[in-house]
Amino acid sequence: MTLHQIIPGEDTKPAYNYAYLDEQTKRMIRRALLKAVAVPGYQVPFGSREMPLARGWGTGGIQITAAIIGPDDVLKVIDQGADDTTNAVSIRRFFERTADAKTSEATDEATIIQTRHRIPEAPLKAGQIMVYQVPQPEPLRKLEPRETETRKMHAWAEYGLMQVKLYENIARFGEVTTTYDYPVDVNGRYVMAPSPIPKFDNPKMHMSPSLQLFGAGREKRIYAVPPYTSVRSLDFEDHPFRIQSWNEPCGLCGATDSYLDEVITDDRGGRMFVCSDSHHCETRRADGHRGAMLADASALHLVDDKQAKDKVSKS
Amino acid sequence: MYVAVKGGEAAILATHDLIAEARRGNEAVPELAVAQIREQMGLACARIMNEGSLYDPDLAALALKQAQGDAIEAAFLMRAYRTTLPRFGSSEPVDTAQMAIRRRVSATYKDLPGGQVLGPTYDYTHRLFDFALMDGASPVAVPAAAADLLDATMPRVPDILGAEGLMEAEEPPEGDPRPFDLTREPVSFPADRDVRLQAMARGDEGFMLGLGYSVQRGYGNSHPFVGEVRVGEVSVEFVPEELGFAVDLGEITLTECQMVNQFNGTKDVPPQFTRGYGLAFGHAERKAMSMSLVDRALKAREFGEAAEYPAQQDEFVLYHSDNVEAAGFVEHLKLPHYVDFQGELELIRRIRREREQRLAGEIQETQVQETQDTLPEAAE
Repeated sequence: MTLHQIIPGEDTKPAYNYAYLDEQTKRMIRRALLKAVAVPGYQVPFGSREMPLARGWGTGGIQITAAIIGPDDVLKVIDQGADDTTNAVSIRRFFERTADAKTSEATDEATIIQTRHRIPEAPLKAGQIMVYQVPQPEPLRKLEPRETETRKMHAWAEYGLMQVKLYENIARFGEVTTTYDYPVDVNGRYVMAPSPIPKFDNPKMHMSPSLQLFGAGREKRIYAVPPYTSVRSLDFEDHPFRIQSWNEPCGLCGATDSYLDEVITDDRGGRMFVCSDSHHCETRRADGHRGAMLADASALHLVDDKQAKDKVSKS
Repeated sequence: MYVAVKGGEAAILATHDLIAEARRGNEAVPELAVAQIREQMGLACARIMNEGSLYDPDLAALALKQAQGDAIEAAFLMRAYRTTLPRFGSSEPVDTAQMAIRRRVSATYKDLPGGQVLGPTYDYTHRLFDFALMDGASPVAVPAAAADLLDATMPRVPDILGAEGLMEAEEPPEGDPRPFDLTREPVSFPADRDVRLQAMARGDEGFMLGLGYSVQRGYGNSHPFVGEVRVGEVSVEFVPEELGFAVDLGEITLTECQMVNQFNGTKDVPPQFTRGYGLAFGHAERKAMSMSLVDRALKAREFGEAAEYPAQQDEFVLYHSDNVEAAGFVEHLKLPHYVDFQGELELIRRIRREREQRLAGEIQETQVQETQDTLPEAAE
């Protein structure tokens, strides 16, 4: 990792360090990351800096990425699974500007993937790092608002309250009604918030070859799941964990095994389902998979399918 | 559909142009100079310096200009800049007893050494529009009282009470360690007083005001008197290591409020008055007073009082008083959440479907039962 201070010009505009954060701060964050990796699922307090982007808009993830990115890295930023969501665009621009970062939309090319609310559909590889933006790192917060209490509960692995909550869900609704940020047990020790990814994505965390880092900027916590670590979604023997499923495939690429977003197409109840992972969908379309509504969408210029094909064939 | 998110980059750049246009307003009207804001919107600048945690009236004025007068957005600009500044040391403690007083009032004594100094205050203005200001260029009356009419010494009221042993003594913690810096280290709870005061000093004025008010109205056990509010300039001194003696860095304007509160005493401590303390940059009386009310409320734990109300709970006050963090998190709800919402949609549709099937089954069952029940009657 090289440092290059941007040299101030003649009428000195304030100069920022490589990747915005100063090196002392990066060191502090790396120390927190090392501790987090050493104790999977444990929330490490860190001196979260005030960032030029708003709290709640990814400042935890941005600080982690800034602390680990180097000139050789390729950065992918997604929000809701898509590379072109406005805040993902904004964060990608931040690193292009401050760290001269190489960026890509291709999941397999990226060395660092900063994400909000999704894990890519394509399996991750060893050497890749997932950086999750976390709004609320404490999985017990909705059950116990006081930090002083929840820290004790983690220390004593006292997770009965969470089990009771899941049980009450089942008693009342016949199933657990948490659909995202579904609590997981990491390495058989800490209950952890996986960030608000849909529970559909939880199984991808289990024994993942990638390193998974979690940053909560406003709440000033960092935690991690090292590669090949068990991540079990909490459940009961007679009510096993299950993920979302859809009755129809992606309208654009025909995928039946990806997480789908619902898109309202008119005001007469018309709707279609499309992959939330935009890169996955484009790759599949480039490979010749065609969904039932692709022709309609292309005709309306809602999808520039040719561009998607070009993009993938170039990469 | 996808068109809503495609082209995000161009759209983002366009918003920057639009905000610049909105900020400028009608170009027939002369543009505001930063110096005008600094000189003529001083109270707004003080608020930005407090909530932005940076004493720099010029930058506060620039922040207000850039943020179109949005106080929280301006404080955010200040903080995002402040966080990049190097820390080369801590100043010596400022001595507010040596303040060059502009205003000083006490509610606990009719008269006291140094006297009551009203200074610049809206307190006794009638809130009637001065339409002369509408036309600009209002003549400024030169106040008769000059600073040299004031007494040289203005002892702080709590010090007067302290000399009699009636005021809770405030000693620095053992070894007088450097205060905690909550912008560099994570806060843990229960939080010590240096952390609490620091958080409140940068806390939202409106939030602190509401909390302070709640204490007065009964959501907290407080019977406060304004021992003193003072506004004026103090000098900031710094000891560079290579020199070994203090050098004067300049003056800052501060507002200090010390509230005098009752305390019944305990078995070991005789009844005495207790202190609520507020300190703010610039002329910011409302902020300093609110802060001093909440400071006293947060001392509940130290005095063995029950901490039943929000203003007495440090986690509640410290986590929620930071308006830049709060605004960020509240406003992040504008970001797309359609992945999570899709999860909720899927769940609620399924639960409703299962419920309808169950109810339909029950109705059928009861109908079958009713038919069975009624049949014998019909036979009779």
